[in-house]
Amino acid sequence: MNLIAFAILALLAATAVTVARMRDLWAAIMFTGIYSFLSASWMLILDAPDVAFTEAAVGAGIATVLMLSTLALTGKEERATTRSPLIPLLVVTVTGGALIYGTLDMPHFGDPSDPIHLYPNPSFVEKSQEDMHGLPNVVTAILASYRGYDTLGETTVVLTAGIAVILILRRDESHPEQQESP
Amino acid sequence: MITTMLTATSIAILTTMTLALIRAMLGPTVFDRVLALNMFGTKTVLLICVVDFMSGRDDFLDLALLYSLMNFIGMVALLRFTEHGSFGEETVT
Repeated sequence: MNLIAFAILALLAATAVTVARMRDLWAAIMFTGIYSFLSASWMLILDAPDVAFTEAAVGAGIATVLMLSTLALTGKEERATTRSPLIPLLVVTVTGGALIYGTLDMPHFGDPSDPIHLYPNPSFVEKSQEDMHGLPNVVTAILASYRGYDTLGETTVVLTAGIAVILILRRDESHPEQQESP
Repeated sequence: MITTMLTATSIAILTTMTLALIRAMLGPTVFDRVLALNMFGTKTVLLICVVDFMSGRDDFLDLALLYSLMNFIGMVALLRFTEHGSFGEETVT
């Protein structure tokens, strides 16, 4: 199982480097699709099927289609940069090093004495059984009942973002020269 | 016995994934890349099924189904874009 995770992580790194080096944007979008599939599989191996579900649906499905429709409005090629890549490389290296340093303090994966398993205390789970009024599981109860307003706000943000994207991508009917023949 | 078989299968699938990824990186034409990507998606579905049987859980198979659907949608979108240069007259939602 660990070997599969390592192999997937190696493939992820290879894909990421390829995306960064790619000048053909069409192929780069294709590789971001591969990247989402791989990271979703990795999350699945880490036992987080709900996150993997979202990543597969949003990252591999909707994001690919949205980026392609953006590409239909812009060009297919990326201009070669003339600036030196040294400063961005330095920033990325320092940020990556800081993130890795941050993980050193984290508790071991699956450790039963993790803070996340002790706080909020287990009575949270027991109480939600009574509070959830027939909802099938605790995650749904927390998302839809305890955090109802929070979820409503999130959904509003997502709806607004969706409307904005559709407005940007929409073809203007009053300018027929913008329409392309099918 | 079963574990050995599943391990061998997963190694074979991972090798195929690597080869498909290399083809997608090198691929001179668009269609090499599309074929490689499609194959990569299929292999991901297979890998998830193998992992599912290795860990003895049943709920990953649904995800494998979702992956194959997503792979199909992404492929259709890519090919339509390649063919028309846009998504045609329909609005994209």
